[in-house]
Amino acid sequence: MIQTFAFYLFAVLVIASAVMVISSRNPVHSVLWLILAFFNAAGLMVIVGAEFIAMLLVIVYVGAVAVLFLFVVMMLDIDFAELRAGFIKNFPLGIAIALVLLAEMVLGLGAYKAGVIQLGEPSGLAAPLPGESNIESLGALLYGQYLFLFETAGIILLVAMIGAIVLTHREIRSPRGHQDISKQVSRRPEEATEMMRPEVGKGVKL
Amino acid sequence: MIGIEHYVVVSAILFVLGVLGIFLNRKNIIVILMAVELILLSVNINLVAFSAFLGDMVGQVFAMFVLTVAAGEAAIGLAILVIYFRGRGTIAVDDVNQMKG
Repeated sequence: MIQTFAFYLFAVLVIASAVMVISSRNPVHSVLWLILAFFNAAGLMVIVGAEFIAMLLVIVYVGAVAVLFLFVVMMLDIDFAELRAGFIKNFPLGIAIALVLLAEMVLGLGAYKAGVIQLGEPSGLAAPLPGESNIESLGALLYGQYLFLFETAGIILLVAMIGAIVLTHREIRSPRGHQDISKQVSRRPEEATEMMRPEVGKGVKL
Repeated sequence: MIGIEHYVVVSAILFVLGVLGIFLNRKNIIVILMAVELILLSVNINLVAFSAFLGDMVGQVFAMFVLTVAAGEAAIGLAILVIYFRGRGTIAVDDVNQMKG
């Protein structure tokens, strides 16, 4: 009973906040509605028993991605009224495509309910460990069968981080010239200066 | 009782709202990126729901990978947005075709 009530609460809130994300006038409000949508989606996942993914959603999306969006929206000085100019013009086409997409999905669900589509049977190799929590079952799978995929995910994150840094990095040109620290450190005394005491009238060989 | 159909319906509605958001905010690339995040969120709800109702943890492993890709995509997308704004002073993406070369 309480589970059903919580499901409908979270489902209605996630859909309502998604509507506000795409229709809000101010992108800052859009980001805040997006955060609400992520929290409610995490609630939906907790109901179904996937606590680890739910907490990951809160940490990664709300803690990192949404804050990144908020940061960019506030950092750039953008005239948002001008960007909304095509909203009304695009509305009929967008609604038409959305309705077609929704009708297709409802038809697919109807086919499943009528028994035309059968769900696949799980192999049982990745069943939740009996008596263990969600995170322990998930960890056994991630660090066992899916170890290389897990490490690949780490490499993807590393590449994304390096890419974002390289894209946004700006070299600051100082008026006093550029200091190359490795060049300074790698200098040797023998190739730098030479002390000599030339005799009068002989000159120095350069 | 809540069945898998309820979750599939919620995620289908969320997916359609994401696609609608891309069409409605054709000029504002920030909202387009947020709509893409909504689409990926609906995919995650679907994966987790099927994983839980079928008793197979692989769906949650894949939801984690989708989360990884979504985080990387947001970081790269916003970095491109920042350098585009620096060079041009606007983020209207309907004349992005001038960016070639």
